[in-house]
Amino acid sequence: MKPEKTLMISPIQHGTVIDHITPGEGLTVIRILGISRGTSETVTVACNVESSHGGRKDLVKIANRELVKDEVDKIALVAPDATISIIRDYQVVDKKPVAVPQEIAGVITCPNPNCITNTKEPVPTRFVLHSRGYRCSYCDTVISRERDIGDYI
Amino acid sequence: MTVNQKNILSVRDMEREDIDRILSAAAEFDRGNGTGHELDGKILAVLFFEPSTRTRMSFSSAMMRLGGKILNLGSVEATSIAKGETLSDTIRVVSGYADAIVLRHPKEGAARLASEVATVPVINGGDGAGQHPSQTLLDLYTIRESMPLENIDIGLQGDLRYGRTVHSLAFALSKYKNIRIHTIAPEGLDFPASLKADLSELGVELICHDAVEECLPELDVLYVTRLQRERFPDPVAFDSYASTYRITPELLEIAKPNMIVLHPLPRVDEIDPRVDALPCAKYFEQAHNGVPVRMAMLHEVMRK
Repeated sequence: MKPEKTLMISPIQHGTVIDHITPGEGLTVIRILGISRGTSETVTVACNVESSHGGRKDLVKIANRELVKDEVDKIALVAPDATISIIRDYQVVDKKPVAVPQEIAGVITCPNPNCITNTKEPVPTRFVLHSRGYRCSYCDTVISRERDIGDYI
Repeated sequence: MTVNQKNILSVRDMEREDIDRILSAAAEFDRGNGTGHELDGKILAVLFFEPSTRTRMSFSSAMMRLGGKILNLGSVEATSIAKGETLSDTIRVVSGYADAIVLRHPKEGAARLASEVATVPVINGGDGAGQHPSQTLLDLYTIRESMPLENIDIGLQGDLRYGRTVHSLAFALSKYKNIRIHTIAPEGLDFPASLKADLSELGVELICHDAVEECLPELDVLYVTRLQRERFPDPVAFDSYASTYRITPELLEIAKPNMIVLHPLPRVDEIDPRVDALPCAKYFEQAHNGVPVRMAMLHEVMRK
């Protein structure tokens, strides 16, 4: 039997490629970027693909959308080794690593049910980088960066 | 730093100099060196969304002793909050009625949120299981009235998991030199792991004990908190435990002669009433110290 003549992951003409995402976090990256069911963008997610550096990785391609710095930094919460490539006319015009943000607002839900941010108050959550993870600026609850943060995005 | 912004929200973000300045001002008020007119013409809004006796009354007393006036929220049921108004909106509105706000609220972080929307200073009068800086400052003040706030062995006994007063006090003590904290708590009610890690990062020496007798002869301060039956991991064991953890005159015989016993009150059974007559019993004095300490806090945020 001949293999199907389609690429598993097609190249994009314009947009963003997020590569080297920690395996298993590709869908979380989609969630962080606010891409939901009603999106008009063409989004490709590949999970657990082989990495040229060895091991496995997730990969996300978003056509016709160039990520800005704030969005890029949010990705570092779950995929600190990810790289972001901006594509124009099939060419990589910019490639950058993600940087772990010092402060993150409105992305993480505080795990403390008694935190004021888990009420009807019109306030976005705010977490500040701390030696053991991210600390809620309101109730001081710490979320570990390595293990828990994806659960609260 | 919150004191610079004229808010007092948490001891966590206070510098040692801020704490010392407030405690020294409290000592002046305590010794009768105030004029009684420091806050003439000022109004303090007292917004308590939870029941409170000592904190509410002592803030009110402190404001009146400085010449200011009190505007009370009254019962929550009779206000617009019962109609569904957010805390943020309430605070914005009350900012126009008063020169400062003292807030107690059941949700952690409520005071910080209030400070972000208020146009007048906010003092945290306790938020859920979170911060209660006025209690911490009066605890420190009471210790400082008996001994310097350095080179102290302090025992913290009782519910250390949920007790916000001991969390804040441990943090505040971390700003002073050579403090050793001895914890005496039932299994499951010890300091939360994250707090232990925070204190350890701050260089505080933490020593855990199963029974107070193990450390009592070394202690300069024994801080006792109430054990709540509903918080006890095993309710059946509560009664036997409560009797084991009771501080009695007989137990205190092995303590240093100048050791002091503190309690944020109200107490139930954890301190035998016979201890009240001993010179080491400082818990009622501690409650009285709430007035000069809160005078100093109000003066700090409202003075020109």
